[in-house]
Amino acid sequence: MSQNPHGTVTGNRGLQLEEPLIFEQGVAGRTGVDLPAAPQVKSRLGKAARKGTIGLPGLSEPQAIRHYTRLSQKNFAIDAGMYPLGSCTMKHNPRLNEKMVRLPGLADLHPMQPQSTVQGALALIDTLAHWLKTLTGMPAVAMSPAAGAQGELCGVMAIKAAHEAKGDHGRKVILVPESAHGTNPATAAACGYSVESIPANERGRVDLDALKAKLGPHVAGIMITNPNTCGLFENDIVEIGKAVHAAGGYFYCDGANFNAIVGRVRPGDLGIDCMHINLHKTFSTPHGGGGPGSGPVVLSAALAPYAPVPFVVHGPDGFKLVEEEAGEAAKAFGRLKGFHGQMGMFVRALTYMMSHGSDGMRQASEDAVLNANYIQARLGDIMTAPFPGPCMHEALFDDRFLNGSGVSTLDMAKALIDEGFHPMTMYFPLVVHGAFLIEPTESEHKATLDQFIAVMRSLVERIKKGDTQFLHDAPKLTPRRRLDETLAARKPVLRWRPAAPERQAAE
Amino acid sequence: MADRKFSKDHEWVEVAGGVGTVGITDYAQGQLGDVVFVELPAVGKKLGKGDNAAVVESVKAASEVYTPVSGDVTEVNQAIVDDPAKVNAEAEGGAWFFKLKLGNAAELGDLMDRAAYDAYLKTL
Repeated sequence: MSQNPHGTVTGNRGLQLEEPLIFEQGVAGRTGVDLPAAPQVKSRLGKAARKGTIGLPGLSEPQAIRHYTRLSQKNFAIDAGMYPLGSCTMKHNPRLNEKMVRLPGLADLHPMQPQSTVQGALALIDTLAHWLKTLTGMPAVAMSPAAGAQGELCGVMAIKAAHEAKGDHGRKVILVPESAHGTNPATAAACGYSVESIPANERGRVDLDALKAKLGPHVAGIMITNPNTCGLFENDIVEIGKAVHAAGGYFYCDGANFNAIVGRVRPGDLGIDCMHINLHKTFSTPHGGGGPGSGPVVLSAALAPYAPVPFVVHGPDGFKLVEEEAGEAAKAFGRLKGFHGQMGMFVRALTYMMSHGSDGMRQASEDAVLNANYIQARLGDIMTAPFPGPCMHEALFDDRFLNGSGVSTLDMAKALIDEGFHPMTMYFPLVVHGAFLIEPTESEHKATLDQFIAVMRSLVERIKKGDTQFLHDAPKLTPRRRLDETLAARKPVLRWRPAAPERQAAE
Repeated sequence: MADRKFSKDHEWVEVAGGVGTVGITDYAQGQLGDVVFVELPAVGKKLGKGDNAAVVESVKAASEVYTPVSGDVTEVNQAIVDDPAKVNAEAEGGAWFFKLKLGNAAELGDLMDRAAYDAYLKTL
């Protein structure tokens, strides 16, 4: 503890306790439970028998409990404070969602139960599907994709199946804007397409003329996020859809930012052919704040026949799962996922929808946009926005206001941590230099936004006064100071190794 | 140095005896920040002008390196794969990426010389 920066005997900083690795605390033979000695039996493991100890740490029960409790206290989550991570939609997860998903009639189901015994669960999937179709204005939805990226895969596989069903095998290209999420080109490439990028115009939107110039019989489709990753609505989206369709392609809309327009815009009215919906973003339960991902994909009439199995239909004896690629699913491109999708997320999303109602969901979108614009307006005089005009659900700044100061976007982010805020998304989208992408969501009230704004303004004030060392040194108040990301990437230490030679064989 | 040419995507190429040596510029490495990973093309690979030839990853971002001229890859610089920090230290020197036998020497005419590239940087 000679390096102890807090001047305490223990190295602890008040009730924020220093905590070694669990393996460093282990003492051979210590245990929380006394077990009787194992009976001596002849080993039948043969060559599979273990050659050394497995190196589990010996700990008492309170030691183990304290270890994980202390680690959890070093964590930060949406339940602890503002988490304005742009493009991630870190909104509050209402606890009603958690109450509903834990109801025994939903929590204790098994996906292999006979369908006659899970009619309520199938009704729930069907009801959620109905509202997703209603909110998007689309005729069909594939519920099974497990997350946004798998939803993209679902959509592009449906596009590919549709072209092949028409005997059109010449389309080898998917167009993707420069500002797209990285998953878009990755999805297209995974489906065997080559990717051509479409430049943005000076307003941060797709350059319509550049797009039209790239269209042709070699283009299978286009993938566009709307609102886009700059937090801007693609005003030309109807025109884009018409141009793509006229060239024989399909229009994939990345619905990652649907949370900005729920109740205001139906993507189906914009001429799209498919769109994934991140249930875990738009309908609460963000990363680490509720559940896993879930990425249902709404489909136009042109793509609906190719939707993957399984899906729920209304049969003569109630709800029925179509699980085989036959009959009404004869054109299905296959199966994406074991079982029926992320059931827990379906329950949470439907709970969110029904507890908010259509007016509540619309207001959530409006408040998310209002909050982002409040931040943009209150910081616009001291930071630099790359594109003119109001934003949608996230406010984007570039690093021009830092020019000549020697301070980077990263320095600003680290200083935010000392003030108790999770940093915004940095250096994304890539089309903006040194990007700050701030998404407050509708969950934050004005007092929190004002505090965040006050912190950002104070940091810019410091820079203007020349106190840049303060930012280079941040964070100062965290359990660990700034990490050496370069060394971590160049010489990663990926596992702990015991110091004592007799434990060399340990896992 | 006389026949070193530069692209708008911040690659340089220097030609000797029909073989071009390609790397990224000092400006490019500065924009990337600390480079932590480099992926190079296979020797023998045929590249068209502007094709993705290599990948360079820094702590900030992953970027593609495009070949400013077409040709067949004859040699790659394993030293920058083993020690990516070299790209930051000597981008326009020992940290070249690959060499290729030029497919069409006329393509060099589309590239900038040092003075034109320096002027281009001032516009960014």
